Amino acid sequence: TVTVMAAAGSCSWFPPLALGVSLLKCLFINAYHSTDFEVHRNWLAITHSLPVSRWYHENSSVWTLDYPPLFAWFQWSLSHVAQHFDSNMLRVENLDYVSPGAVLFQRLSVVFTDGVFIYGATECCRCVQEPKEQRDVLSRPSFVLAVLLLWNFGLLVVDHLHFQYNGFLFGFLLLSLAKHLQHRHLQGALLFSILLNLKHIYLYMAPAYGVYLLRSYCFTQDHRDGSVRWSSFSPLRLLALGAIVTSVCALSFGPFVAMVRTVLSRLSPLRGPLSRLLGPKLLVPVQRVHLKLLEEAELPRASMTGGLVQEFHHSVLPSVTPSVTLVCTLLSILPALLSLWGGPRGPRAFLRVLLICSLGSFLFGWHVHEKAVLLAILPLSILAVQNREDAGTFLVLTTTGHYSLFPLLFTPAEFPIKVLLMLMFTIYSFTALRKLHSGPGRLLRPLEYAYLLGLNAVAITCEVALPLSPWQQTLPFLPLLVTSVYCSVGVCHSFLLTQPSNDFTNIVTCELNTLMNVFIIFEEYGTLQLIIEICLFGRFS
Amino acid sequence: MQTWSLVSICVLLALVVRWGVSLNSYSGAGKPPMFGDYEAQRHWQEVTYNLPLQEWYFNTTENDLMYWGLDYPPLTAYHSLICAYVAKSINPEWVELHKSRGYESPKHKLFMRATVLVADLILFIPAVVLYCLYLTDGSSRKKVSTLFCFLLYPGLILIDYGHFQYNGVSLGLALWGVLALGLGWDALGSLAFCLALNYKQMELYHALPFFCYLLGKSVQLGLMGRGLFLLVRIASTVLGTFALCWLPFLSDPDHAMQVVRRIFPVARGLFEDKVANTWCSLNVLVKVRYILSSDSQIYLSLACTLLAVLPSCVRLLTKPTFWQFKLALANSSLAFFLFSYQVHEKSILLVALPVCLLLNDLPLVAIWFLHASTFRGLTACAGWFEAMWFTVALSKHDTEDMKHDASVSEGRSAGALRCDLAGLPVLQHLFTVSTGALFRGYLETGSLPQAAFLPPQTGPGLDREMEVLHQRRGHGGSELCDCRSGSSITSA
Repeated sequence: TVTVMAAAGSCSWFPPLALGVSLLKCLFINAYHSTDFEVHRNWLAITHSLPVSRWYHENSSVWTLDYPPLFAWFQWSLSHVAQHFDSNMLRVENLDYVSPGAVLFQRLSVVFTDGVFIYGATECCRCVQEPKEQRDVLSRPSFVLAVLLLWNFGLLVVDHLHFQYNGFLFGFLLLSLAKHLQHRHLQGALLFSILLNLKHIYLYMAPAYGVYLLRSYCFTQDHRDGSVRWSSFSPLRLLALGAIVTSVCALSFGPFVAMVRTVLSRLSPLRGPLSRLLGPKLLVPVQRVHLKLLEEAELPRASMTGGLVQEFHHSVLPSVTPSVTLVCTLLSILPALLSLWGGPRGPRAFLRVLLICSLGSFLFGWHVHEKAVLLAILPLSILAVQNREDAGTFLVLTTTGHYSLFPLLFTPAEFPIKVLLMLMFTIYSFTALRKLHSGPGRLLRPLEYAYLLGLNAVAITCEVALPLSPWQQTLPFLPLLVTSVYCSVGVCHSFLLTQPSNDFTNIVTCELNTLMNVFIIFEEYGTLQLIIEICLFGRFS
Repeated sequence: MQTWSLVSICVLLALVVRWGVSLNSYSGAGKPPMFGDYEAQRHWQEVTYNLPLQEWYFNTTENDLMYWGLDYPPLTAYHSLICAYVAKSINPEWVELHKSRGYESPKHKLFMRATVLVADLILFIPAVVLYCLYLTDGSSRKKVSTLFCFLLYPGLILIDYGHFQYNGVSLGLALWGVLALGLGWDALGSLAFCLALNYKQMELYHALPFFCYLLGKSVQLGLMGRGLFLLVRIASTVLGTFALCWLPFLSDPDHAMQVVRRIFPVARGLFEDKVANTWCSLNVLVKVRYILSSDSQIYLSLACTLLAVLPSCVRLLTKPTFWQFKLALANSSLAFFLFSYQVHEKSILLVALPVCLLLNDLPLVAIWFLHASTFRGLTACAGWFEAMWFTVALSKHDTEDMKHDASVSEGRSAGALRCDLAGLPVLQHLFTVSTGALFRGYLETGSLPQAAFLPPQTGPGLDREMEVLHQRRGHGGSELCDCRSGSSITSA
């Protein structure tokens, strides 16, 4: 098929889309923000008023700096603008400080740093292959991709209501992906190492990057059957890659070399029992429910403050150590990595493996927040506008993944916003993708449709019926539990759908399938047990 | 993409924007002793719930009319009563007599905001959707973009969801009236418009075109036959609606008169501060307020208003087509805004509604005006100038005097509306961006004749262009020409 790249100049619709969503974000300035607002304010204060050597030692607030150094530098540079808005927010001892100036500055900083995301989205849209025949704007793949990225429900909710800088970070990811799609691997690697030094959660994607760069960049030639030609190894390329990664890391960690152990321990998700992280559970949704409960339900337990989570030991199910979750994660992404090594099929295959890495770690990883589902949704958008199967997966994953973000916003004033935005995004993604892949055949199987329709029932039950029912008193977290379990089924399903399906991995996929089924059964069992425990004892054991 | 999905996305976006604006502060928040319009609406709930109907409009020991006394027609009072019942069931403190004065809490704000959204969802938004789908011409894409602009018009969103009022109700009802007239259901249309009139007396701005259109149509059908039947049916509908709305007040003529006096407060003066209308601008040169007695001020403004409305009304009487009706609506409301007595700056919404109806037909003129009308919040004179220009273009008036006024008013320092509306710049730009994008779309697709984009120099010029436009569309064999010749009723 003859395809042309989207001409850079023909995107007259892009600026209105980007500007429109930025202005919409500005409307949420006075909306609810979570404790992450205070987290970032505290980091601004730390980086502004303390010497560099104290950044990772300061612990007068519970929200210690636990992002990699580049992010600390990012906060440091923001703080220079912040002092013109409200200099009181930059004092370390002003804990839980909120003022109109502080809110305005922090919200605007998210909106403006989203510029990186917008730039990343333009670059990705340029990489999309356009069909030759001139379609109208609304059904061009690049337009659909731009909407799916810029108006992404999850990003809007997490960044501009809940409060975080994910848009800024995802901007780097999208840029890096776009560079790889354009076969500029060194630039892509540079951007990704910067991203890693901004937030280490992207380490989950590193295996895909590592295997892909090693296989497709360091080895310059393949055999006829696609297997690697060992003699074509280029040490120079490997050196270049290594130099890029190490120099970025050196720049980032350089000023902190004297206390690198402290920094690393801060970054580690395995900190002591009074960390922000949660005790191990293989049962991902249940684990996430715990987290939610402890963050947001006001349980009468003195030792818990918002967001601070204690370690829990389940009474019946065996407690799982971090190493076990690590092994599970690695096992889950192994087949995909092997298939990437076995027969590389260009950047798109890489994108798919990247997706599997993020989904695998989302499902099996240690302390995964539901926000992490965005790590999978955004890269999948790029695939969804080009491939019918991926579009189906995208619909299942985004709908369930986005719905699982609902508990993040629990205040009544923000309820209409989350419902309306979610509906808007879902309606758009369904109709646009269906129009885009308007050949014979359907995007979703009937069972998938039924599942997604069931989401409506779950939503009504959890958001309206249960909070109004008398169970709200005895089981205040039941809605979260139901939401989490129901959504995990969809996420698991899309994880299976994304598995590469060639002969090499078929067997592994089948085994994985069985594993997942066992997993889901376990999950139901765990949920049941949790409910029984709650009913019997009125609280967690 | 299917039209339904585009329409629903537009509606959802409009709702998100509305709710996003409503998260911000309202007028008079935390400003005792009088607070603002928010407190006025809450106070009306308190009054209507706790006092017998006979006391609503009277100054009694229980009802202090100096503190936000009820000064809207009965339908507003009934609406307040319904809201009060809901409020009472949620939290009785919200409507407790006397004690609830100046009541403010996040929950109460949420409730009040929700009442506005519900009213909009029931009345305004469906009317807009139906109007854009059934009474505008062009491709479905074009209908949706008209809908998009209409729903996102920032003036209404800011006043209703930022400042706090229920303009969506009266405008929505009037729009239902327009919609019904456009579809040929004249009795239903007059019913809806009477309800609008009974919700806010300011709907009188639109009353003359409704009257002239229906009268003209009856005359056209023949006053001896079907026309008479139509006229009687409409008249009985109007009388019946009014009687129903005013039923509780009709037992005592004094009571009814007191309501009327409350609704039309002539004591407030010719104009309020910094309204972009003629009297306010003329004030720079001639202090009309001090020269003439208040009675003669009323007569003067009445005469000027009638004079300004006359041409479009006469034209509508002789040629009662839907297109003429829409033009006359815009013209008459502008004339009222510019010349009538005691105009509030929020009355520009009454002009904005008919202008929104013209979005599809005269995009440049309409969007220019809508921008100016929102911007009027910041600089009164600019808005005045635009409004002036628009009425000149539409009604072929004697332009010399008015241009003179306009240039005078520009010399005046721009009086700013107390801008507690946090979202104004944001919304304005959102609207600009969206309309700009749609414009480009129009131009690129060439679906609109270029003639519509040429700025008309004078009034007759525009009219000539409309003729050209009309003919071109007619010769082009497109179905677009129908709306001009009034056969849209049948084609719809």
